[in-house]
Amino acid sequence: MSNATTPRLNRRRLLGFSAASISTVALAACGGRPEGSRPSTAATSAPAEPQVVEKVVTVEKIKEVPVEKVVTVDKIKEIPVEVEKRVEVVKTPQTLTLYSGRSEKLVSPILKAFEKSTGIDIRVKYAKSAALAATLMEEGDRSPADVFYAQDPGALGSVESLLDKLPEGLTSRVPAWAQNPNGLWVGITGRARTVVYNTEKHKEADLPDDMWGFTEPSWKGRIGWAPTNSSFQTMVTAMRVLWGEAKAEEWLRGIQANEPIVYPKNTPQVAAAGAGEIDVGFVNHYYLHRALAEKGDSFPARNYHVRSGGAGALIMVSGAGILKTARNPETSAKLLTYLLSDSTQKNFASTTYEYPLVPGVAEHKGVTPLAAIKHPSVSLADLADIKGSQDLLRKVGALA
Amino acid sequence: MPLTTSLERGRAPLAVSVPAIAVTLVLLAPIAYLVIRAAGSADSLIPFLWRPRIGAVALRTFALVVSVTVSATILGTAIAWLLTRTNLPWRRAWILLTAIPLVIPSFVYALVITTALSPRGLVQKMLEPALGITELPSIYGFPGAFISLTLLTYPYVLLPTRAALTNLDPAMEEASRTLGRGTLKTFTSITLPALRPATAAGALLVALYTLSDFGAVSLLRWETFTYAIFNQYEAAFDRALAAALSLVLAITAIGLVGIEGWTRGRGRYHSIGPGSPQIGLTHNLKHWRWPATGMIAIISFATTIGPMAVLSYWIVQGAMAGESFGDLGEPLLNSLTTALLAAAALTAVAFPLALFIVRYPGKLSAMIERTTYIGFALPGITVAIALVFLGVHILYPIYQTLLLLIIAYTVLFLPTTLGSIRSGILQLNPRIEEAARTLGKTRLQVLLKITIPLVRGSMFAGAAMAFLLTMKELPATLVLGPMDFRTLATVTWAATSESFFASAAASSLMLIVVTAVPLALILSRGPHRSGPQVTHQTS
Repeated sequence: MSNATTPRLNRRRLLGFSAASISTVALAACGGRPEGSRPSTAATSAPAEPQVVEKVVTVEKIKEVPVEKVVTVDKIKEIPVEVEKRVEVVKTPQTLTLYSGRSEKLVSPILKAFEKSTGIDIRVKYAKSAALAATLMEEGDRSPADVFYAQDPGALGSVESLLDKLPEGLTSRVPAWAQNPNGLWVGITGRARTVVYNTEKHKEADLPDDMWGFTEPSWKGRIGWAPTNSSFQTMVTAMRVLWGEAKAEEWLRGIQANEPIVYPKNTPQVAAAGAGEIDVGFVNHYYLHRALAEKGDSFPARNYHVRSGGAGALIMVSGAGILKTARNPETSAKLLTYLLSDSTQKNFASTTYEYPLVPGVAEHKGVTPLAAIKHPSVSLADLADIKGSQDLLRKVGALA
Repeated sequence: MPLTTSLERGRAPLAVSVPAIAVTLVLLAPIAYLVIRAAGSADSLIPFLWRPRIGAVALRTFALVVSVTVSATILGTAIAWLLTRTNLPWRRAWILLTAIPLVIPSFVYALVITTALSPRGLVQKMLEPALGITELPSIYGFPGAFISLTLLTYPYVLLPTRAALTNLDPAMEEASRTLGRGTLKTFTSITLPALRPATAAGALLVALYTLSDFGAVSLLRWETFTYAIFNQYEAAFDRALAAALSLVLAITAIGLVGIEGWTRGRGRYHSIGPGSPQIGLTHNLKHWRWPATGMIAIISFATTIGPMAVLSYWIVQGAMAGESFGDLGEPLLNSLTTALLAAAALTAVAFPLALFIVRYPGKLSAMIERTTYIGFALPGITVAIALVFLGVHILYPIYQTLLLLIIAYTVLFLPTTLGSIRSGILQLNPRIEEAARTLGKTRLQVLLKITIPLVRGSMFAGAAMAFLLTMKELPATLVLGPMDFRTLATVTWAATSESFFASAAASSLMLIVVTAVPLALILSRGPHRSGPQVTHQTS
């Protein structure tokens, strides 16, 4: 072996390498072949610590060997080999622990793309946002988590005391309404409350200007809703904040009087609107786009974002924050930066049909632009009182 | 009075009592956590609990628990009798089909029920062209919760009752019949009392399952204590009130266990003579044969065939729409590994406990036995969060490892494995062990050569039960599992939460089929026969 240059390479690794290169030679007898050493990724269950990884890149070339000479293993040792090794010191932490209250189905392709582009290994725990919030509260400063990505601001709000202030470069990416006022968490994607309607029975222009229109007796038996759905309850919270308790109760009673058809969640309402079982349903906007993608544009239902705005046109966000106890604050910030990058925001828009929150990134084709929705300027922090909304829904008999 | 022998009267050897007490301490950890957490908000607690709404929740819970327990007990006992004592046709098929609900996660079952039976669901769509039915009556609220929980839980009564019926010495029933009592009279005066311990133990599990179920009551919207506890976590993010409500649930559970202990009475359930395994009486159903078959067919359709058809329909529909099902190999492997480990751990823990409870009865063993039921009665999320607390503060080295997850499964499912092994030991005449001892064998030799071989069958059944329950467990697996840990249950949940029905159907169908295999194995072995265990009761 000649000309082996091994700067800053420790002896152990060198020994390991010379052994490895022998086997490489046999394979590469027909020509040069680059071989990269993969940093060991063992012990993934140990807490991630910033580590310095030496990335060794070797290129081996076999000198002047006629192929027919390579017959036995003994002969291989005699083959003159030129080895070139460079050591690149990579100083980034290699892992990141994420608690995700957002579904694996939606998030995991995006996380895989992040892993691929940065080389950072993300370890994820998926569960309901609330269960993860409770877990974080119990874990306190011993939490293995770096980042908490939640489905709704409520879960983030409950663990605010555990969250660290985000770098300004991150919070400046999204509008002020879509983040925590103290910069503890930032919205990642937006979901609009909307009215899905059957296009064979109604034209958008004929639909009421605001949510009060649906309390008119003419809507009796034509409305669908899902009082147990948390997004619906958040809309009721917005009504309580914007209109006051009494008005919100009056609206709920008005809808109740119209004998709405109760659904367990959003998806069946969209299907029911398409099937003409209901004329309108109070839902989140993206379920329609999933149905359209599945059933084609002829699916006879569309979203109507109430013209006069208000609680019926509320935009809710999913959001993420970095824990004070994060072992990898820098990579954590990298992940959030990635989630808020133009390309990822675009990716979210086209795979989940949610609203990108970064200004300038376009919605998915067919989704009503955010700018065209008169969404209320209610602080997301004020929407934390879901309990109060549930109590109100019980009071009017919409919840058991 | 129990027949006490010199061995039973003695104190338990340390080899038995020390592990038993150690296990009990772990089982009490959730309670300790709940007390600590609830005490943190003692001020707001009393006004919270002292509200009419909590009264309403208590009433709803009570109504559901009582009605489900009664109906599941009747259904389970009736099916057990039909399967063991009558000339019902196709018994082998029914034996497996009627046990399948055990392996269906309640959140999957409730999802299927709600989509199929909602006012304008799949069933209505099928009925409309033929019968012109435009809307089905609402299944939400009490009827839906009651029916689905009854159908999901009756196997908890069916399996032990069927085992007891098979092992019951038919001589007594024969004697009763020869003395002129009819089938019904014989059943109520001879068979039922002898079945009491097995049936009551099953009924207790039904009651506790109903108490702790979230999947069915949430989708079918009947607000019980467990629903209210979840709401505290999910809507109010209030761990303290969730803990307080969980404590109420735990106390209720201990009360229910007390009732079961009282029904068990002081009978002795092993035979005195050697006995001889015989085939029990076969009652000719005559003209009741087809109505009975029809009833079992309807139940099997509602619990097994129907849901599997709906799941298959979703798979086909999704496949046609080009939905990807994802890779199920890794989740399957993880599910199988954890379920096998949990089955081994639960059996290893339950055996010394069962030995302690049966052979050394007393205040301590009664206390220990009651403790084992707490985890089963608490909602999975409560146990999971309690073990997060335990893991973070005491067992940090094993936090978020498979080991802590297995401990969680042990806390959650111990009573089912324990119950099976306990009944095995109960049926084992202590005189056999005593005889071995007098012949000079050591305690260990007796244990290895006599006790374990003779209760092997019930240990196997207990392990299988642990396997089934672990396969479908969700909340603790999500919270306590290692990072990136996916099982069939978590994959199913991830798909249902975003309404990807085809993926959810693919993984849950795989879960049901894979879990049905060990179930079929235990069922085909028949209720364990291990030596002289023909039983009858003498009070």
